[in-house]
Amino acid sequence: MPETFFGWVLFLVDKYGMIFVKGAGVTLALAVVGTAIGCIIGLIVGIIQTIPVDPEDSIFKKVFVKIIKWFLDAYVEVFRGTPMIVQAMVFYYGAMSMFDIDMSPMFAGFLVVSINTGAYMAETVRGGIDSIDPGQKEAAVAIGMNHMQTMRCVVLPQALRNVMPQLGNNLIINIKDTSVLNVISVTELYFASKSAAGVYYRYFEVFFVTCVVYFIMTFTASRLLRMWEKKMDGPADYDLVNFDPMMDPCGAVPLPKVKKGH
Amino acid sequence: MAEKELLLSVQGLQKTFGEHVVLKGISMDICKGDVICIIGPSGCGKSTFIRCINFLEQPTDGEILYRGVNAKKAFKSLPIYRTKVGMVFQQFNLFNNMTVLENCTVGQIKVQGKGQEEARENAMKYLRHVDMSAYINAKPYQLSGGQKQRVAIARALALEPEVLLMDEPTSALDPEMVGEVLKVMGDLAKEGLTMVIVTHEMAFARDVSTKVVMLNDGVIGEQGDPGEFFSHPKTDRAKEFLSRFQNL
Ligand SMILES: Nc1ncnc2c1ncn2[C@@H]1O[C@H](COP(=O)(O)OP(=O)(O)O)[C@@H](O)[C@H]1O
Ligand SMILES: [Mg+2]
Repeated sequence: MPETFFGWVLFLVDKYGMIFVKGAGVTLALAVVGTAIGCIIGLIVGIIQTIPVDPEDSIFKKVFVKIIKWFLDAYVEVFRGTPMIVQAMVFYYGAMSMFDIDMSPMFAGFLVVSINTGAYMAETVRGGIDSIDPGQKEAAVAIGMNHMQTMRCVVLPQALRNVMPQLGNNLIINIKDTSVLNVISVTELYFASKSAAGVYYRYFEVFFVTCVVYFIMTFTASRLLRMWEKKMDGPADYDLVNFDPMMDPCGAVPLPKVKKGH
Repeated sequence: MAEKELLLSVQGLQKTFGEHVVLKGISMDICKGDVICIIGPSGCGKSTFIRCINFLEQPTDGEILYRGVNAKKAFKSLPIYRTKVGMVFQQFNLFNNMTVLENCTVGQIKVQGKGQEEARENAMKYLRHVDMSAYINAKPYQLSGGQKQRVAIARALALEPEVLLMDEPTSALDPEMVGEVLKVMGDLAKEGLTMVIVTHEMAFARDVSTKVVMLNDGVIGEQGDPGEFFSHPKTDRAKEFLSRFQNL
């Protein structure tokens, strides 16, 4: 048996490496898929919640929109207001006892993470939309765009760009917080670590490795998202087009770049 | 003189915000080739008036006729009417997520249904007009205020509106940039573009406009030929207002 701390770490990594990798894989899958689906839910909910009510609309439409908004509000409040660990229990065991549905722990995990993230992203998207200068919307309306065009071409591209850092935040939170899914026996990284630790009673060494693996995942996620944001922003400078590309079939000749920061 | 072609007719326009009556019945005819400058003290409802013309603000009462037909019913939809009545804002409001060129093509493509190439060609024509064709690849945050406003003018013109509404187009600009925008506006006036301009540039109103309208307290305080208005204002209110501006 190893004598030192690092001796144990190496020993355990060697022996249980595959378990760590598999656990990390499950964690990543849950976090990435859950965040992605959650973002789609959040986008839809956020957009619906910011639909303006026009006083000239029919009473039918007004009532309909109001009811939908009320339900979405309730969804957001309930899922933001209860712990994910409890939601997991309620979904998994509730489905079994109330509806006789025996969903796999993995499926319950995806469901809970997605719906939970959706609730948070809905608020983020709503805030993102509300934060766009009303002048942007007015200019779009003034050149004849309807509500859908205004949202799609002008408001959402800007709102979603502003929401990107929050998306990164959610992904990182999900990588860490999927660990609570061990209560319904999802074999994610924390669950796998606990099993491995139990064999030799080396909790400190095993969870030290677990810690490193979690950090590698979150740090990579954070950097990748930041790179993506940079790419979305495009270049910080632009080419002056000295003569008219419409008049010259060869296109524009780039002049020296003009640097102009924010 | 030949009969002027009537484009827009504002009749008894009223606008109330809650309890606050801002416009108390304003009527105005806008004929082809008119350059109407709207002046008046801050908060008197100049913006509200001009925004009611393209229904960015819903009038509480009164009617706006486009060539004799209720403007809301003159076209298949309100957006089509809005393309006939362009708007330039004090704060430019260029679309921040688009390049200069995209700002000038998006309306043509999405609203007017033009093809990419045609829209681009048309946008270039107007960008050249405001001397911004070299900047088609720039994003709004990379431009100076005067450049932004010139692009905003090109964006409005690219839809080939019959009337251009401008709400204090030079008020948000640094003093050294006011001139370049006023020059573009002056050129457009000379070419015969119909414009309704809210402005505090009294010299511009005097030299370029065909008619000056002073709003006061939600009604038209005084209006008339610019030469007459500036040299011999009739009402005390107009005299008092004009006395605040030097160099006239
Ligand atoms: N959306 C609004 N709600 C309530 N009051 C408004 C609104 N917009 C303008 N007002 C009021 O209407 C008056 C006229 O405003 P405005 O048309 O912007 O004046 P001006 O452009 O001549 O300075 C002001 O007293 C302003 O407070
Ligand atoms: Mg104003």
